[in-house]
Amino acid sequence: MRIVVCVKFVPDIQSDRQLGPDGRVVRDGGDGTLNELDENAVEAALALAEEHDGQVVVLTVGPDDAVDAVRKGLQMGADEAVHVLDDDIAGADAIGTATVLAAAVRRLSEDAPVDLVVTGMAGLDGLTSLLPTAIAELLDLPALPLASSLTVDPVAGTATVTRRLDHATETLTADLPVLVSVTDGINEPRYPNFKGIMAARKKPVTTWTLADLGVDPATVGAAGARTRVLEAAPRPPREDRVLVTDTGDAGARLAAWLVERKLV
Amino acid sequence: MTVTPVLVLLDHAPDGSLRPPVRELLTLARGVAGEAGVHGVWAGDEDLDAALPVLAAQGVSTVHRLVTAADVHLSAVLADGLEAALGASGASLLLLVSSFDNKEAAARLAVRTGAGVVTDADGLTVEDGAVVAHKTVLAGTWTTRCAVSAPSAIVTVKANAVPAQDAASPSSPQVVDLPVEVRAGSTRVRLVERTEHAASGRPDLGSANVVVVGGRGTEGDFTAVEELADVLGGAVGATRVATDEGWIGHDAQIGQTGVTVSPRLYVGAGVSGAVHHRGGMQASGTIVAVNSDPDAPIFEIADFGIVGDLFTVLPQAAAELRRLQG
Repeated sequence: MRIVVCVKFVPDIQSDRQLGPDGRVVRDGGDGTLNELDENAVEAALALAEEHDGQVVVLTVGPDDAVDAVRKGLQMGADEAVHVLDDDIAGADAIGTATVLAAAVRRLSEDAPVDLVVTGMAGLDGLTSLLPTAIAELLDLPALPLASSLTVDPVAGTATVTRRLDHATETLTADLPVLVSVTDGINEPRYPNFKGIMAARKKPVTTWTLADLGVDPATVGAAGARTRVLEAAPRPPREDRVLVTDTGDAGARLAAWLVERKLV
Repeated sequence: MTVTPVLVLLDHAPDGSLRPPVRELLTLARGVAGEAGVHGVWAGDEDLDAALPVLAAQGVSTVHRLVTAADVHLSAVLADGLEAALGASGASLLLLVSSFDNKEAAARLAVRTGAGVVTDADGLTVEDGAVVAHKTVLAGTWTTRCAVSAPSAIVTVKANAVPAQDAASPSSPQVVDLPVEVRAGSTRVRLVERTEHAASGRPDLGSANVVVVGGRGTEGDFTAVEELADVLGGAVGATRVATDEGWIGHDAQIGQTGVTVSPRLYVGAGVSGAVHHRGGMQASGTIVAVNSDPDAPIFEIADFGIVGDLFTVLPQAAAELRRLQG
């Protein structure tokens, strides 16, 4: 069983995240990290590979620093890593990024069939959650998104997930190959141990450009983006704030304040 | 201005009643559609009679009712249906309520049609002929305006983006059956089981105007939280700690990866305001926080903060509100 996990390098959500004058997320602040939600994707892939004697390839697209995201995947136990690195990708929207990732998965399939593509449920920078299903559409794969549980039956050749939506809970199944996105509730990601960190140093990271993947730069990156940020501004600080320590009447004061503000 | 109609997916409950945010989307759609009008798309076998008066009041001209034997709850099938409805209506802008399954359909449609897609918008305008979506990003700390440069646009809109308003004059919506050609690949995902979540008797958390949230400080006792929610006519939410402890169902979890809420009024009781929780509520209109820890991070973003015991403060506030409201 061969599993490709798509991971993203994002600014740490505990840091002071910024947008640049071009409306893009500032990605060179030096406090980038593997998107937390992708740790669950790596863990899900590793668990399946251990159960079914498979291999895990971690795949990322992004600037130089993004290699840290796949390195973390290798430290957790992934077998191989691929980093798509090309200046022409800068400014890609979600669909553009999905186009590059899909091309890389296709390229990986040429070496040996890919049974599963696993992603996190969203990137904690853009939070569009468009990417997983877009990759499935581009690769013509069935998608099982938002999995809070995942089982694979290698004999039947099926994957089954449970997912919780706003108004319903569903169990879905599909024949392999399939794309699965996982939530942060599916597992507890392992921490890389010393052995894993040492082993990861010996594992290669393959770097590909758009030309290697046969992707036309005009279709991805800023050139191919179908949306354009006109303006980005820090939200103004809240004004007229009230902060009180309760001396016995804070509840009543709150009630009066809510009425005064016409919030009830 | 756009000269094509705007198409809105009419999300509805199993009884055929429209989900509350749909009226807000129709209001937004009218604002940008101008003379071209607003069309709706009805996905599912539910009877739409109950929704018709609302659609009439909203000035919807045409409802495209998808006809297919396939399950439109599957996002690939829904994408097929929306694609057909875009063709039938001639719309170049599609609006959907921001839900996980709608975003899945939006992603597929964007790949298929070349449309530009913006998710989680909280406003919509047309500038120089282009659709411009407004959204807050990075956990509500930045606001952006994002123009769609492609010929067609798909925008998913957050609940409470705008107050719903009826059209100046009602319409008589025409309901048209639309046979959907389902792609072979769309039925590869099979539904094993689907369980509708039971209604709580309170407003839906994701779209409620008022949300009262209990965190670790409740120590599992949500009585005061529920009482205040009911006085305010609001929904009850929780932090991840509270759901992980089993104090309340997982459906109530608010956060960057749980339910994202942007109500007019958010009240956090015993909520510390960890970064993941803030990511799911920071775009709220007014934020009230009650916590016994003066150093709780939530006080940094609160409009009205009370350092105190929630078990004293909340019941007092509820009693006073009942008195003031007579």
